[in-house]
Amino acid sequence: MHIVTFTRSTPDTTAKVEVNGKGEVTWGDAATVVNPWDEYSLEEAIVQAKNVGGKATVIAIGTEMHNEALKHSLAMGLDAAVRVWSDGLDVTDSLHWATAAAAAVNKVGDVGLVIFGKESVDTGTDQHIYQTARKLGWTMLSYVAKILELDAANKTIKVEKVLEGGKQVLTAKLPAVISVMKGINEPRYPSFIGIRKASKAEIPVWSLSDLGVTLPAASTQLVGYSNLPVQEVVTEIIDGATPQEKAEKLVEKLLEAKVL
Amino acid sequence: MATNTPLKPNLFNPFTEEHEMFRKSVRAFVENELNPYVDEWEEAGIAPLHDIFKKMGQLGFLGLHYPSEYGGSDADIWFTVILNEELGRCGAAGIPMAVGVQTGMATPALAKYGSEELKQKYLKPALLGDMVCAIAVTEPDAGSDVASIRTRAVRDGDHYVINGSKMYITNGTQADWICLLARTSDGNDYRGMSLIVVPTDTEGFIVSKKLKKLGNLSSDTAVLTFENMRVPVSNRIGDEGKGFYYQMEQFQIERLVGAIGGTAGAEKAVRDTIRYTQERHAFGKPLIANQWIQFKLGELLTEIEAQKRLNYYCASLIEANAPSNEVTRIASMCKLKVGRLMRQVADTCLQFYGGMGYMEETPISRYFRDSRLTSIGGGADEIMLQIIAKLEGMEPR
Repeated sequence: MHIVTFTRSTPDTTAKVEVNGKGEVTWGDAATVVNPWDEYSLEEAIVQAKNVGGKATVIAIGTEMHNEALKHSLAMGLDAAVRVWSDGLDVTDSLHWATAAAAAVNKVGDVGLVIFGKESVDTGTDQHIYQTARKLGWTMLSYVAKILELDAANKTIKVEKVLEGGKQVLTAKLPAVISVMKGINEPRYPSFIGIRKASKAEIPVWSLSDLGVTLPAASTQLVGYSNLPVQEVVTEIIDGATPQEKAEKLVEKLLEAKVL
Repeated sequence: MATNTPLKPNLFNPFTEEHEMFRKSVRAFVENELNPYVDEWEEAGIAPLHDIFKKMGQLGFLGLHYPSEYGGSDADIWFTVILNEELGRCGAAGIPMAVGVQTGMATPALAKYGSEELKQKYLKPALLGDMVCAIAVTEPDAGSDVASIRTRAVRDGDHYVINGSKMYITNGTQADWICLLARTSDGNDYRGMSLIVVPTDTEGFIVSKKLKKLGNLSSDTAVLTFENMRVPVSNRIGDEGKGFYYQMEQFQIERLVGAIGGTAGAEKAVRDTIRYTQERHAFGKPLIANQWIQFKLGELLTEIEAQKRLNYYCASLIEANAPSNEVTRIASMCKLKVGRLMRQVADTCLQFYGGMGYMEETPISRYFRDSRLTSIGGGADEIMLQIIAKLEGMEPR
């Protein structure tokens, strides 16, 4: 059985991301990193593929920028990496993205499980995950905290899902798409040997025609980016003879401002 | 910024994409596996080196430039440079020092001159992180003056009987073996010494005392005593009587590794100070609005950049198997300059932190204590100057 996971390069979460004068999103000279949520899905793909004696493949959809995340994935221990890209592919449109993703999963072949990290940290979305499951026509299990059993022979999966205020245990038939939470595992660091192997790897690029996909016009249109309005911060020092008096004045002000 | 990756490595920036991938991995390891725990280790006066080294060994971090048949990776010198630059950013200098002892001080001579049996038994487990090791050269009455050591190893059949004492031994309370420099024949000079691998479970091996220090608190430092220790002659590294020469050679890697880590630590201290002085306001403006502060920090970054390029030049000499005198000359310059630079950085940056810098909770106060060692350990500044003077032909005529 084949396990597929997706990843992407995103700006480092500590980078100052802003929109420049040309309306482009920039993050200075800060490094890009693997989407932090994907660290968990990559690790889970490696572990589960090993458990079932299968193969783990990682896919990124987008420009060459994402090769870095793919090489990081190979250095961690994924068996194969593929990038999907064609001019005209609008990755900001999640339906476009999901259509290409589903076609790539089908091209890999014999895939029993697709594992996503909970979301993309750059765009802050996860709808592309559900849309990929829908395009594939497979079961979707989100917010998985633990894979309790992956049975390749009987084609079933048993997971523990996180719910608000509790947990839920579910079984489902394979093939399935899951999204995993932080804490499902402890992602490994790329080893020296892994890095050496990954740096020498040639990453194949699949075009939309390789996937046999013709995309309709994007159903969403990116109009533009803008920075958040700058919030004016006013600092006021509260005077008072005693800490109690200061606290009382503070409470009054908070009530006035309807914070309390 | 140094994070940019050039497409074509050159003398000024020798790192490839592969090197930079490795840097990211080591940086993540330092940030997640070391920095969250350094306060606890500083408080305890010791770090769990067996656990730390096991993790590092599994990732291939400990044996980078060593041969793969002994647990190494056959990597070029630039991976070692990166490892030490990233470890230099650790929140406590005691940890990179412990790693430096393991990979750059106790093991180079064993790898180069040790027997196959010794390398399999002691080098390989050290590089895989299964054993912790230490280098034992300094004695209570012989520090920089290595030729004056008194620890004696007297031949008795197939064994040496070793008596003596060693001082300031990093990793000394938890090492599984030490690389010991002992006198194996009569005389009082640099001839007649040998390097011997001594397992610490040998009868007569005594950790006499765990020393209290000014800084590098997370690193355990010991006084070791040897009472009639019997160690097989086959544990000797290379030829009898050549230990001093092997040790002097071993010192060059140690000095470069120290300079690389020291430079990275100094850069981190300055950049942290820039951030602090941007945030801290006094007299109605950020501290860094004062030109004096900008200029002083600018001067330090200039010195750091120059030091970095000197380090890289030294690494390139080692990579090119340059004549040992030239490596020694440049490694000694690296070591001399970085020790002085660190003292300057620590003093200047702490001053700009003001009272906050004097508080234990502020990282610069730990840096102030930790950084002072570099001008003393691994050959004091004065020894570096003696070496440089000699190699530059400054003897009186």
